[in-house]
Amino acid sequence: MSIREVMIFSRFERFWHWSQMALIFLLLFTGFNVHGYLQAMDFRQAAQLHTLAALALILLWVFAIFWHLTTGAWRNYLPTRNGLWSVARYYAWGIFKGEPHPYRKHLHRKHNPLQALSYLALKLFLFPAIWISGLLYLLYELWQPMAPSGALGWVALVHVAAALAILAFVIIHVYLLTTGDSFVHHVKPMITGFDRVELTPEEEAYLERDEPQRIR
Amino acid sequence: MRSVNIVLVLLLLALSAAVHAEHDGAPAIDRDMNYRIDTVVERPTTVVEARSTADHSEFEELKGPFGSGPEVTRACLKCHNKAGHQFQKNIHWTWEYTNPDTGQLLGKRYLINNFCTNARGNEGMCAQCHASFNWKDDSFDFTNQENIDCVVCHDRTGTYYKTPPTRGNKACAVMFEGKQPIQWTQVAQSAGMPGRENCGGCHFYGGGGDGVKHGDLDSSLIHPDKKLDVHMDENGLNFSCATCHVTRQHVWAGSRYHPIAHDSEGTGKPGLRRDVATCESCHGLQPHPGNRLLGIKLNNHVDRIACQTCHVPALARGGVATKVDWDWRTAGRLKNGEGYKEKNYTQGNGEHRATYKSIKGSFKYDENFPPRYYWFNGEIEYTTIDTVFDPQQAPIDINHLHGSADDGKSRIWPFKRMHTIQPYDKGRNTLVYMHLWGDDDAAFWGNYDFAKAIRVGMEKNGIPYSGEYGFIETYSYWPSTHMVAPKEDALDCGDCHSRNGRLAEIKGIYIPGRDSNRWLDLAGLLLVGGTLAGVGGHGLVRIFSRKKGGRS
Repeated sequence: MSIREVMIFSRFERFWHWSQMALIFLLLFTGFNVHGYLQAMDFRQAAQLHTLAALALILLWVFAIFWHLTTGAWRNYLPTRNGLWSVARYYAWGIFKGEPHPYRKHLHRKHNPLQALSYLALKLFLFPAIWISGLLYLLYELWQPMAPSGALGWVALVHVAAALAILAFVIIHVYLLTTGDSFVHHVKPMITGFDRVELTPEEEAYLERDEPQRIR
Repeated sequence: MRSVNIVLVLLLLALSAAVHAEHDGAPAIDRDMNYRIDTVVERPTTVVEARSTADHSEFEELKGPFGSGPEVTRACLKCHNKAGHQFQKNIHWTWEYTNPDTGQLLGKRYLINNFCTNARGNEGMCAQCHASFNWKDDSFDFTNQENIDCVVCHDRTGTYYKTPPTRGNKACAVMFEGKQPIQWTQVAQSAGMPGRENCGGCHFYGGGGDGVKHGDLDSSLIHPDKKLDVHMDENGLNFSCATCHVTRQHVWAGSRYHPIAHDSEGTGKPGLRRDVATCESCHGLQPHPGNRLLGIKLNNHVDRIACQTCHVPALARGGVATKVDWDWRTAGRLKNGEGYKEKNYTQGNGEHRATYKSIKGSFKYDENFPPRYYWFNGEIEYTTIDTVFDPQQAPIDINHLHGSADDGKSRIWPFKRMHTIQPYDKGRNTLVYMHLWGDDDAAFWGNYDFAKAIRVGMEKNGIPYSGEYGFIETYSYWPSTHMVAPKEDALDCGDCHSRNGRLAEIKGIYIPGRDSNRWLDLAGLLLVGGTLAGVGGHGLVRIFSRKKGGRS
């Protein structure tokens, strides 16, 4: 077993991550202006930008879902109990004691069990909630004649609730970048694509012979 | 001899100058006391719609000379031999309308409003706006076509005017003295399609003066610019009233008694729609152009929002004020035994408007102000002379608007709301007919005695009266549909999509930007605040424990 710098975030994955980040920030900002939490821009501007950003994000997601399915990357999010407890214990206790992080990245398992579980929850519950409620909100004209007149209020309620939960996720996500070695250490792999990964001798040999550009 | 001649000429010149001066010195028309006596216009409008194939000034039949209105009408009907029959069926003649939905008998012949209250019994004054000659009292013959006044609508000289059919009390009669006689022959030969000044002669002056009643109809629409009305803009589209109020056989589209609150038919097939005056009948059901986001989103509004709600952003924008408040209780104050008026309001165009008149009471005006918004499905229920109300429920709606978010027919419409305190029958809890006009000792205008004026007003119309009157607060609602602003002046999204916007009072729908669930807002605050506090606490503990050694 050896630890090597390996390309684990492909170019598309990095593009997906950062453009998604930018769109989510834009959506949160414009969305809170639409809802009235913020008054930094007028309603017309906020609603238009919000809609355009949402359409762009939907397009991005269509590609990302396709990518996950065809590359098998979706397996990264399969939940596992193996190591879950030790990671949870680390964040609740060990981190204060200066213990090392109990998880080592593997070639086909980029996330620690707690991370994988929270991303899975995000993708299975929060994103669909904001998607479905958002599309209903945007296309209310198509179903509103058949619905009771207060229905849009419920759609908006779900949409805003999901947005607030996503904001909470973003806060925790960004905070966790400050743990471990350094902020840069966490962010850099998502820029260059390379991170330190524990490789079996077989994986190392395979990468060096067949994909030498992925390992250094 | 020669010098004598010069002196004579000079004398004559001086004399004629003096005569002219006397004429110019005739009492100036009181803009505020304007029923339709000064509707003479200096410059007639051009009627774009007039595509006549005939020049009436060349007709033998109109050579005249004519000395009276009925003579002119007789000449008109000689060629337009169906016009009289057609005209006798329309509301300008009948002053009567039965609402097909509510069955209520409406029209000026019966209704009470909260301005001068009732035309009924006061026809000697009010019928100057009836398209007839000399409707003085009940003896008026509605079947005689020669009583139809054709030229009040079809005069294109701009010189035609009307005075009340009777002189009334001397306190009022002075207003109508010293007018130039009507040149009947000239007026008859000018006949053409009505311009804005023709319709406006009455409709701009409803409620007893310029702009008083509607808020979206006043004399500024005779020569409007684009900013005031995008359709009537004199240098642009220059619509006349009948461009939208399409007419077939002297019957006009567009009724305030039975409006179309939601036109779901749109433009119809080419040339088909001659039955409605709705915006949709020209602009269609998807009025905002383009496939871009804004156009699509705006078109998504038309099922709930009347066009006028955004496109008539403010009322009385032309420099003429409209009355918004009227208190009849103060009427009847005298100075030296005479009625008087106070003019303490100066409107946008510089003219002074009465804030008090002995004959009417006290008024308040407004200009360039936002309308009020209500759900409206086109159904209006009037408080008529027969309607018994509960005075505890005041203000009483003179015309109660029906509509809600849930009835599937309503849209949010803009209205001017008129607030008035007016007399009512305290014993029977109904409105009253007042005897306002007449040369007798009971007419309120001249005698200033409510008790007498109400008693006689009820009596001569055969309405039971308890003999005791009081004053009651009322509202009336006037849908705003004229004074359509250019699109850059229409409301912006944020005018309604905001916490205290124009639609702050509208119930039954969720408006993004206006509405939120306060439990959700609280939960969201707790969630986001709790998360921040959580990561903050976690971080602090890390920093604290790091100082004691070890890395984290």
